[in-house]
Amino acid sequence: MCQECGCSQKGPYKIDGQPVGEVVLSGGQHAMVEDKPAGHVHTHSHAPGHAHPHVHLDLNLPVLAQNDRFAERNRGAFQALGLVVLNVVSSPGAGKTTLLRKTLETLKGRRRAAVIVGDLATENDADRLRTTGAPVVQVTTGTLCHLEAEMISRALAKLDLKNLDLLIIENVGNLVCPASFDLGEGTRVALLSTTEGEDKPLKYPPIFQNADAVILTKTDLAEAVEFNRAAALANLRQASPKARLFETSAKTGTGISEWCDYLAGLRTR
Amino acid sequence: MPAADIVHEVSIMQSTLALAEQQARQSGAAAIHSLRMRIGTLSGVVAEALQFAFQALKADTLAAGATLEVEEVRPACWCGECRAEFEVTDFLYECPHCHRPSVDLRRGRELALVSLEVS
Repeated sequence: MCQECGCSQKGPYKIDGQPVGEVVLSGGQHAMVEDKPAGHVHTHSHAPGHAHPHVHLDLNLPVLAQNDRFAERNRGAFQALGLVVLNVVSSPGAGKTTLLRKTLETLKGRRRAAVIVGDLATENDADRLRTTGAPVVQVTTGTLCHLEAEMISRALAKLDLKNLDLLIIENVGNLVCPASFDLGEGTRVALLSTTEGEDKPLKYPPIFQNADAVILTKTDLAEAVEFNRAAALANLRQASPKARLFETSAKTGTGISEWCDYLAGLRTR
Repeated sequence: MPAADIVHEVSIMQSTLALAEQQARQSGAAAIHSLRMRIGTLSGVVAEALQFAFQALKADTLAAGATLEVEEVRPACWCGECRAEFEVTDFLYECPHCHRPSVDLRRGRELALVSLEVS
């Protein structure tokens, strides 16, 4: 399923520990297509010897792969519900779960938030996030290195969406493949931790390029790891020219209020 | 070509063939003789893999005897500073004139069924 890294095809995955079967979109087809009428049609004079005239159909129709189809369906549902949805991506260990825990605690009372969290195995991250009191759904992907839109639509069934303002999707820790899989989110958030090195955004551009917000995490460790802040910020501005930049430490609380104010100001799109 | 490398193109070709058959039937055609697709080089789709998937999947469709033409689109960005389009050569979309990065990708992500020849 993943053309980026050759990880195995999407196999059995679990939501909150329960295995799920295959889902088929309405219409019954596994690979779905845009359902639009044809553009203009004209007939040319047929070559001698042909039994039937060939007709040229001008179409110019987009071809959507299955994931995009599910993603568009998710996006439509989010818009109808007025739900702000984040897709949070980073390498493993950049601090997604710790930042989100702090975020959920800070937004308590201001925004009704829930989390869908993806990992290959274990419920550990879901357990960590549940201590905040927010509803959390854990997707364990088995061997797949990223979340797909269909997994999100399954996980949504576990949440009381009408009573939510903010849905945070914590993707599988991976700086490559999640860039290629739209989940239907309105806002994509990429993390870079001070312990990873300043040139990560230049080495893995697609994941940063698509980001609407970039968060530099673990700023409390910057000095210990001789982190070059100016170089990192210059690299981030180059790789993520449209992104809002935040610098945070979930441990000391630095930058958390700016980040949460940004989240509270987001609208559905 | 290892199977794992063309899985993505197989799913796209299934979508393409389903779309082509639906459009052909809507116009009352019984056979598809050729398909023309347009793919941007940043669409994540490889033309050779698409051809391979087409040959493997067309057998039981209206396009069983059809050929596939693929036109590739090179990526281009718009630079707001220079008020000009430039061809993208690296992942950072940097304008070759003013060296500012662009976020306005105008071409290169296309994935479309352009036209069909049917009868």
